[in-house]
Amino acid sequence: MGGEAAWRLALRPGEADSRGTLFIGLGGRWRIDQGLPAPESLKDKLDASVHRIRFEAGELVEWDSGLLSFVAGICRACAERGIAVDDSELPLGAQHLLAMARAVPEHKLAARNAGPQGVFAQVGVATQDFLRGAPQMLGFLGEVTLSLLRLLAGRARFRARDLWLEIEEVGPRALPIVSVISFLVGLILAYLGADQLKLVGAQIFIADLVAIGMVREVGALMTGIIIAGRTGAAFAAQLGTMQVNEEIDAYKTLGISAIDFLVLPRMLALMLMVPLLTLYSGFIGMLAGLLVSVTIFDIGVFEYYTETLRALEFKQFAVGLSKGTVYGAMIAFAGCLRGMQCGRSAEAVGHAATSAVVTAILLITIAASIMTVVYYQLGI
Amino acid sequence: MDAVPHIEVRDLSMAYGDFIVQSGLDFVVNKGDIFIVMGGNGCGKTTLMRALVGLQRPAAGSVLYSGEDFWNATADEQQRLKRRLGILFQGGALWSSLTLAENVALPIAEYTGLPAARVDEIVAFKLALVGLAGCEDLYPAELSGGMKKRAGLARAMALDPEILVIDEPSSGLDPLTARRLDELIVELRDSLGTTIVVVTHELASILSIGNNSIYLDSESRRMIATGHPQDALKSGHPKVRHFLTRGGTA
Ligand SMILES: Nc1ncnc2c1ncn2[C@@H]1O[C@H](COP(=O)(O)OP(=O)(O)O)[C@@H](O)[C@H]1O
Ligand SMILES: [Mg+2]
Repeated sequence: MGGEAAWRLALRPGEADSRGTLFIGLGGRWRIDQGLPAPESLKDKLDASVHRIRFEAGELVEWDSGLLSFVAGICRACAERGIAVDDSELPLGAQHLLAMARAVPEHKLAARNAGPQGVFAQVGVATQDFLRGAPQMLGFLGEVTLSLLRLLAGRARFRARDLWLEIEEVGPRALPIVSVISFLVGLILAYLGADQLKLVGAQIFIADLVAIGMVREVGALMTGIIIAGRTGAAFAAQLGTMQVNEEIDAYKTLGISAIDFLVLPRMLALMLMVPLLTLYSGFIGMLAGLLVSVTIFDIGVFEYYTETLRALEFKQFAVGLSKGTVYGAMIAFAGCLRGMQCGRSAEAVGHAATSAVVTAILLITIAASIMTVVYYQLGI
Repeated sequence: MDAVPHIEVRDLSMAYGDFIVQSGLDFVVNKGDIFIVMGGNGCGKTTLMRALVGLQRPAAGSVLYSGEDFWNATADEQQRLKRRLGILFQGGALWSSLTLAENVALPIAEYTGLPAARVDEIVAFKLALVGLAGCEDLYPAELSGGMKKRAGLARAMALDPEILVIDEPSSGLDPLTARRLDELIVELRDSLGTTIVVVTHELASILSIGNNSIYLDSESRRMIATGHPQDALKSGHPKVRHFLTRGGTA
């Protein structure tokens, strides 16, 4: 075995009686792990003077697909140029496999618009996608609304178990991360606020600042963003995988509304749990504020407590809870929308999850702005 | 044939937790065999395949490739043994974000270091062999079930493996395509000397291409027959004959 050269290729034009024939000698080992010659160099030799080629394999030692793909490539080039091919000297097995590869004609597919696109084309395509996306989003909004109405009318069908599973998944299991972030935000809020208030000797108002800030705005916002990343992405990935496995199609063909069955429990779970998490987040934020005030700014625990109670009116809770509910709905909407729109590949599932988070945060931002203005105008 | 069998399975048992799928499997696959694994749905054919190719550690027993015990080998040795195998999964298992051409090209590019143009040529040939010439740029989601199967086979044979393990190749194929696939399997064995382990229910394939087989029973959870499928049909265990005649004779 050793010392044997890898593949050898020898070309010999036919003489006298076989003018117009090109003899292609294949010798040595033609294996894919031995490297392969480029048929291009050989294709140049297939000019008008050649009418026929003949493979010679007398010195062939070993072969596999390396040889076959090389010969097949040359045969294709010959077919294009109308050159006859004689492969009768190749090993019998190789002849058979080559014949099998030729047996099924090439599939003719619609041409694809592959290849890199210019900047303008890309902008155009992105705009088109966006414009196509808007009605889809509205359509989905309509379907979800109808489904919620069916729920109110007691006609929506889904499994209660799904709802409980989702509630557990988005509620209790999110407590650790919500605690950590809320504590940090409460800490920062109290620290920054107290530092400024100290200048006018009004440190005690840290309590008001932290209480109102956390309960009314920041608790809901932080919870919303955490849940968008944690649960919105998960929803999109779950529904996206179901889309890949044709599970959603299976619901549809059974006449079961995938919206009722899959989207509704997720929507309800988030609309219930995000406001509760918002409350919890506010509470943790106030604890952090208390800690900072007592240890660093010398405010008494009782003082802080009474000031907090004074600051918190019912309307602050109402604002926080309503925002939490709306954010929850936005996250579920974005997660389920992107999941339902998912394509049929692993990559598409990843894209759905990413896009769910981005969409959710965008929707939260829009909703937060609108609600803040409206509440201000209403004097709440 | 050989002094050391190509693949030898000794007292193999496979289980999921407490559930024993099959136990006490003993058989030998020789070089150049077309070895058929038969048995009813859920008897453990896929599980056996996963144990053979190194995806799922068996509960007991050993799988030997040319005398080397796969499950007791070091990670490097296992990697080297795996290189000798080509696998077609029951569901095709194509990479969904790659085109067909990219699916087949990946193992070739990964292991041979050939330039892209050479790789493309091999890919075109492999796809033509399974009857998918011209489908290079399609994504798996754009294929029918049978096309996925055939593309999976093209990927399994990308590197001309010494041993090809195929899980239900002809399920989902039309009868003509299924026959072409049988011919291809036989041709691969005859010309490249590939050893082929086929999990299949297709009676026509079992009887026409197989030269050795085992039958896994789903009730006793053991193998109840081994040998040439034609012999099993003529004089085998009653259950096997029942299976091979679609319940015709008891
Ligand atoms: N991941 C798994 N966990 C538990 N049981 C499994 C798993 N996969 C398969 N089984 C069980 O093992 C048995 C054999 O499965 P399988 O090997 O897929 O059968 P088949 O012969 O149809 O290919 C079946 O009863 C199946 O229910
Ligand atoms: Mg199976």
